[in-house]
Amino acid sequence: MSFVLDLFTMGAVSAGAFFFLAGTLGLLRFPDPLTRLHALTKADNLGLGLIVVGLLPQVAWPFGAFKLIAVWLMGLFAATTVSQLMARAARDGGPSP
Amino acid sequence: MTLAFAVDVGLALLVLAVAGWSLAVRDAFAAVISFVAYGLLLALVWVRLAAPDVALTEAAVGSGLTGLLLLSASARLRHAETSAAPPGPALQWAAGALCILVTAGLAALVLLLPEPAPTLAPAAVAHLPATGLGNPVTGVLMVYRAIDTFLEGVVLLPALLGVWSLASDSDWGGAPILRHPRPDGALTLIAQALPPFGIIVGVYLCWNSADHPGGAFQGGAVLAAMWVLILLAGLADAPPIRRRGLRVLLVAGAAVLLAVGLAGVELAGAFLAYPEHYSKPLILAIEMALVLSIAVALALLVAGPPVRTPS
Repeated sequence: MSFVLDLFTMGAVSAGAFFFLAGTLGLLRFPDPLTRLHALTKADNLGLGLIVVGLLPQVAWPFGAFKLIAVWLMGLFAATTVSQLMARAARDGGPSP
Repeated sequence: MTLAFAVDVGLALLVLAVAGWSLAVRDAFAAVISFVAYGLLLALVWVRLAAPDVALTEAAVGSGLTGLLLLSASARLRHAETSAAPPGPALQWAAGALCILVTAGLAALVLLLPEPAPTLAPAAVAHLPATGLGNPVTGVLMVYRAIDTFLEGVVLLPALLGVWSLASDSDWGGAPILRHPRPDGALTLIAQALPPFGIIVGVYLCWNSADHPGGAFQGGAVLAAMWVLILLAGLADAPPIRRRGLRVLLVAGAAVLLAVGLAGVELAGAFLAYPEHYSKPLILAIEMALVLSIAVALALLVAGPPVRTPS
């Protein structure tokens, strides 16, 4: 059973790392602020989410798991707000990146 | 083991690269952003060095609030930046030479450290049970070197006075304004939803510091960040700086520490000595007063000088 869980962790964390890699690539290669934000928020949502889901079987139940999920939710909340603010600043002709 | 070593080497290289980038980049805004990233990476380094207290301070104060201060400074200086003439070659060479001198001196000191390095850590840990504390860092900050903590609490006040003294005469005693130019839905939402959690985290960091990583500065920085968030979203106005309650809050931490320290002369025989068996409750009381003062002082440092004429 623990072997299956370890395998699940490896798969999910690797997938999360892949999304971070893809998001970083998009951040570097995409042409304008809005598409770059799009790439970045994908990394935040899916990358962090997959890593948290992957780590869940490895931490103490329930408080370790709750902490991880809380970190994920806080990260999502902060990333969403910041991307909204940055997108509006870009739309309203803020400082060019 | 080798994997951890690889992570450490990668982290060290990353820190050096980001530090180099923050020095090399010409734009002040980009330099500040890379400074914040540098601080967060440095916090990871402290975690790897098993110093979570320092990591928390670096993340909250060194990277977060200092970054915010630098960010607002760079926004204010945006117009002056383009007109300023670059320093001449003589000044650049002198600055470079001084930097090399300082770096070489630090490197020489680290390389010439005696083996094993001199340390007071065993003595500090050996006497920790007498303080009733479980976290040796808090023991050092609040018991062995309480005078340093007292001075740290005090030094925020002259810094704040320095910021306030930039106010024009007519605005003296008025309120600073710290508000996003266009506060909108997303900022309002996070400023309404996050502070309850942030206040819990800030108080927890301080309350729990007797036995776990944390302390008045880390907790105060988190509380200050929550207040700054509320101010930025325009949900509340900064108070006028002449308000008496605000000034009492600002000096409360240092005043409580000073009062306990003076009482220690009478009750325990030395300045800042705690009476036996009462050290832990006294330390918690000091930390609770300190965290409020630090939070208010840090938030007002970010808010800047008063710009609204007192009514």
